[in-house]
Amino acid sequence: MAGLALSGFGRCTHAIVRAIPDSLCQEALRTEKGSVVDISLARKHHEQYVGVLKNKLGLSVIELPADECLPDAPFVEDVAIVCEETALITRPGAPSRRKEAEAVKKALQDLQLNVVEMTDENATLDGGDVLFTGREFFVGLSKRTNQRGAEILADTFKDYAVSTVPVCETLHLKSFCSMAGPNLIAIGSSEAAQKALKTMQQMSDHRYDKLTLPDDAAANCIYLNIPSKGHVLLHRAPEDFPESAKVFEKLKEHMLIPLPNTELAKVDGCLTCCSLLINKKTSL
Amino acid sequence: MTTETTSGIELNNSGQPGDQEEHTGISSKESKKVEENIDQEIVNNPGETEQVIDPPSPSTSAGQQSPGKRQKEIPESKGISRFLPPWLKKQKSQSQVDTNENGDKNILREKGSAEEGSSPSQIKEEVDIGGEKDQPVAIKADDKEEKRSISTEIQPTKEDNNIDDKQKIADEKEEKQEGEKDTRDAQHTEGKKILHKTPKKMKTVMCKVKLLDGTEYSCDIEKRAKGQALYANVYEHLNLLETDYFGLTCQDSAYQKNWLDPTKEIKRQVRRTPWLFVFSVKFYPPDPSQLSEDLTRYLLCLQLRQDVSSGRLPCSFATHTILGSYTLQAELGDYETSEHSDDYISGFQFAPNQTKEMEDKIVELHKTHRGLTPAQAELQFLENAKKLSMYGVDLHYAKDSEGVDIMLGVCSNGLLIYKDRLRINRFAWPKILKISYKRSNFYIKVRPGEMEQFESTIGFKLPTHRAAKRLWKVCVEHHTFFRLSSPAQPPKAKFLTLGSKFRYSGRTQAQTREASIKIDRPAPYFERTSSKRVSRSLDGAPIGGTTDQSLLKDYSYTKADNAVDGIVKAQEKAIQEGAEVSPAKSAQFLLQKDTKSLMKEEEDEEQEKQSNSLRIEGENIYVRHSNLMLEDLDKTQDEILKHQASISELKRTFMESTPEPRPNEWEKRCITPVPMPSQGSLEEEITSILFSKESFTCMNFTCAPSTQRPAEGSFMKDRVTADTFSNTHSAQPENFIPRARGMRTGLSDAHENSDEMVEETKQSDSDTSEPSIAEDIKVGVNGEADSFNDAVEQSTEVEDIEKKDKESLSSSDGNSDSENEEAEYQTESRCSEDVLKEEPQETPEVVVQTEEDNQVTKADGSSVTVAHLEVITDNVTKEVTITTFESCENNITVNEEVPQDEQPKINGDVSHIDVDTSSEIICCSEPPVVKTEMVTISDATQRTEISTKEVPIVQTETKTITYESAQLDDSGDLEPGVLLSAQTITSDSVLTTTTTHITKTGKGGISETRIEKRIVISGDSDIDHDEALAQAIKEAKEQHPDMSITRVVVHKETELMEEEEEED
Repeated sequence: MAGLALSGFGRCTHAIVRAIPDSLCQEALRTEKGSVVDISLARKHHEQYVGVLKNKLGLSVIELPADECLPDAPFVEDVAIVCEETALITRPGAPSRRKEAEAVKKALQDLQLNVVEMTDENATLDGGDVLFTGREFFVGLSKRTNQRGAEILADTFKDYAVSTVPVCETLHLKSFCSMAGPNLIAIGSSEAAQKALKTMQQMSDHRYDKLTLPDDAAANCIYLNIPSKGHVLLHRAPEDFPESAKVFEKLKEHMLIPLPNTELAKVDGCLTCCSLLINKKTSL
Repeated sequence: MTTETTSGIELNNSGQPGDQEEHTGISSKESKKVEENIDQEIVNNPGETEQVIDPPSPSTSAGQQSPGKRQKEIPESKGISRFLPPWLKKQKSQSQVDTNENGDKNILREKGSAEEGSSPSQIKEEVDIGGEKDQPVAIKADDKEEKRSISTEIQPTKEDNNIDDKQKIADEKEEKQEGEKDTRDAQHTEGKKILHKTPKKMKTVMCKVKLLDGTEYSCDIEKRAKGQALYANVYEHLNLLETDYFGLTCQDSAYQKNWLDPTKEIKRQVRRTPWLFVFSVKFYPPDPSQLSEDLTRYLLCLQLRQDVSSGRLPCSFATHTILGSYTLQAELGDYETSEHSDDYISGFQFAPNQTKEMEDKIVELHKTHRGLTPAQAELQFLENAKKLSMYGVDLHYAKDSEGVDIMLGVCSNGLLIYKDRLRINRFAWPKILKISYKRSNFYIKVRPGEMEQFESTIGFKLPTHRAAKRLWKVCVEHHTFFRLSSPAQPPKAKFLTLGSKFRYSGRTQAQTREASIKIDRPAPYFERTSSKRVSRSLDGAPIGGTTDQSLLKDYSYTKADNAVDGIVKAQEKAIQEGAEVSPAKSAQFLLQKDTKSLMKEEEDEEQEKQSNSLRIEGENIYVRHSNLMLEDLDKTQDEILKHQASISELKRTFMESTPEPRPNEWEKRCITPVPMPSQGSLEEEITSILFSKESFTCMNFTCAPSTQRPAEGSFMKDRVTADTFSNTHSAQPENFIPRARGMRTGLSDAHENSDEMVEETKQSDSDTSEPSIAEDIKVGVNGEADSFNDAVEQSTEVEDIEKKDKESLSSSDGNSDSENEEAEYQTESRCSEDVLKEEPQETPEVVVQTEEDNQVTKADGSSVTVAHLEVITDNVTKEVTITTFESCENNITVNEEVPQDEQPKINGDVSHIDVDTSSEIICCSEPPVVKTEMVTISDATQRTEISTKEVPIVQTETKTITYESAQLDDSGDLEPGVLLSAQTITSDSVLTTTTTHITKTGKGGISETRIEKRIVISGDSDIDHDEALAQAIKEAKEQHPDMSITRVVVHKETELMEEEEEED
């Protein structure tokens, strides 16, 4: 069934993840130069992450193999936008990442999703700039995402309003925000984050609740609605952001799952970056 | 009759609600209106109605009617006439006669206040009446053309009789339509009776309405019937009670769709015959499940199917399949393998790009809906459709400040800005303080953000003036319908009092919901038609509401549109519009004739003038500025009264100083233009010109100067110069004529150049007038001239009223485009004046003055003054010129220009300076990045220069009202004096710029000092211009106690809408 069912927000049956290549340490793109990634720790974190999805939450996780030629490939979120039965294969803003889409596309097709490709050479879009609230899309216009990319997104998901949000200081829109619930936007405290939130609030016909977190990076979390577990929130571990973790802990309705992510964060990897969540209806 | 009429009118204004309720269990304003109309007609003017009925000659009937009407009219004379000196009145009456002769259109004004003022005929009537100021209501109908007005006229009288009359009404064949409405209200019983009876003699027109199911409904409608008559028929035919979400659109030649205004005559809104309409959804209910009846939902479904299948409402593949499946379920019932072969679906059009895959999916889904009734399936359809982001969004093409193509979407929540399908900004209704349009620009004033101190105004450029107006109306209606439904909002009635022309006349969503709850009838049976039919008809059928197609066409769009998007508020009874329009036209015609005659007399001069800039620049006098305050409910009766008080103060001030002038030929001729008052829309654009003899003498000069400076041909200027420099030029009575001629010619030229424009302006006038009516009957005169706030009602005092196009101002603008109308609609709180301050409007004037000085030295005079006038064009400007004579020796002229527009546009028209200040860009302070600017398009106040520029063409209409004291220093003026000295002093304050011209001339040993003050008040509508004017005059008097004021010229400039829908 087509989406538009707000109540189903966060529902998820499948997840696509991709293993971390060794090349990530040295070659992965990063906004902050000089940071050194502990590859083994990164993999450990990633395994924990996948384990939660697979084992704790019971999702069908499709694990794509690493490709040393694609150091940024673990961040599968950027190469596809999946909403309901439709998947848009993006054209990432970083040219080096465009080949990442191939494997993901195949995986999505295998899931029998309606796969749409972004072929316009002028368009760029990173999934990290796309925030889907269940009611509408916000697309950050960043270094990685341009207007044309957003337009194609709007064309692909015609049911929803697609609003653009300027993103200047961070890599992606979701570098400082994400959905923490069906109607709840987690947002960082930085000026840029707050400004973006205001923009989003103005652009939307809907009033969202907000969860303000002291750390921008902590505002990137993963909300899931798992039938057997209810509201589930994957968020950065207290070791990473103790203050923000305290805020998350105030969410009484949520099943909180803290996850460490310090290493991938050095190459701009957030929690949402590392998976593509798909809600595949079995009916029909 | 007269007295009754008035009382009746009053009743209507205040008492309607109560009456309605009594009559009908369901209280809908529309229904009320209808009933009232009917009743009134029957009871009050039986004679008239009969006449109307008479088949043979409508015109004759009109003539017969005239006596009765006149009586009624007499009482009306509320307007300017009371203020006018007797002699003036006479003149005016003459002018009216002229208009009648011309065969202009009928004028009807129930309330008469604003409208009356506007129409020349009214003025005339008023004059006749003379002393009768009290009667608030003026009804006017021109004999010749249109009888339609009758119904409107009748209305006022009736209410008392309503109940008793109902029966009568039913009997009466003529008004069956209206009767239908009544009946409808009364559970349809009566209505049907009426329907069956068709007046044999009545002139009817076949109306064809394309319904949502693709069928066509046709009926005969009385030619002069208002839109509501047709609405009643259609609703009756559909058996629809929840009507407020729907509307009829008529399409003009440019394929633009315009909503049929129920309060206005159909024929005014339809340009083409046969009358074709499309029934469609106007307001998409955000939650269709709240609709009371399945029938209503069914119709909404039909509309949405069209929207979806045509692509107007974009949706994804998945949504297409879901919607399609519910459509199948609703129309075909459960999927039956035996009945439904593979191609059973092929006849349906679900999507613009329908694929086999989609159809298969739809069939697949259809199978899952087993058991759903049609109504349930439709509800599911709606539940899915309503979530679509473009559901209920009315799109309009526009450009932002940078010329980038964008779309403006009006929806229930506010205004959305799209660029290439991406939402780039959004302004919720509460965020919007005011909506206005000027020419082809559309502005919103936005509440300051948290961190901002000032409101910002954001401008968008629409393809045409008309498009801007249509967008504005749509916004006004949506705001009213949806926003005012919130409990926080004050009652509608209060809202109405604000007095803008355009109002949504229907019920708000809240009201309609309330009414829906009360619907107590068994669910009506209705037959669902196959969507196949719908799909077939889709191509040809225009669909209401949405803009896509229409938008595209807008660009090419010509002019015609009658459509009345904005439905004038019910309370006001908008009835008058049509009538209003007609008068205006007549007036214009007169003007033309006059000019022509004049021309004949003095062809040479005329030609010169015409050839000169006069045409180019001066022509459009009509300034149109209507304010709709969306949510500014602050203005109460008190304020209005206060406003009136200030106006009266102003008048008093002026009147005291001036002796009664005696009419001369020139003046008489001038009278014709009188219609101006009618035009006075909310904005006051009154241009009055008082001519002293001196001024007359100046005429010669004018001509010459005009030639020299084509652009400057404005009379005002001429006069001024003349006054100033009378010494130089010998003044002869003959001169007057040429001058007049010049003016006329200018006017005529303008008319000729753009007849359309004139019409438009007329329309605008009518529009404006309505609001005033609503406010107060008393306001009447004022209303004409002014908008509530601004209204300067000097007109009453005005001895001579001329419409004058500010040539310089209007000329450039007006000529190029006929789009000068402005309208403002304030949504929330009043706008602060901050905006004004921000705007650099004043600068242009200053510059001008300097120029003037120079010119003064040159003694060219004419041009100089002119410059002033023109400077303010874009903004609404009031210029008051007060000339005082002391023993003929001293003159003080105070010109006040008050630009009322808040909008930053400053068209400085300083003649010499190209001011195009044009565009100020006001950026939205708010985060969302919409590049908006005050699109100030440089207008053209610039005269000649303008033509060369590519400047977007804007017409400004200006009204000039001149109050001239009778005393004329004839002798002195006639002879050329010697210019002894001249000096110009300029002082500025925040809102006003005062320029003082002091000229001393010597004639035969007598020295005459003439002081001319020009006060330019520029500012928002918020500023009380009247008060400012009064203050200015007062100060002028105080400063020069020994002098007398000879002339006050109030120049109000507003940008005019090219076309006013209302007329249409």
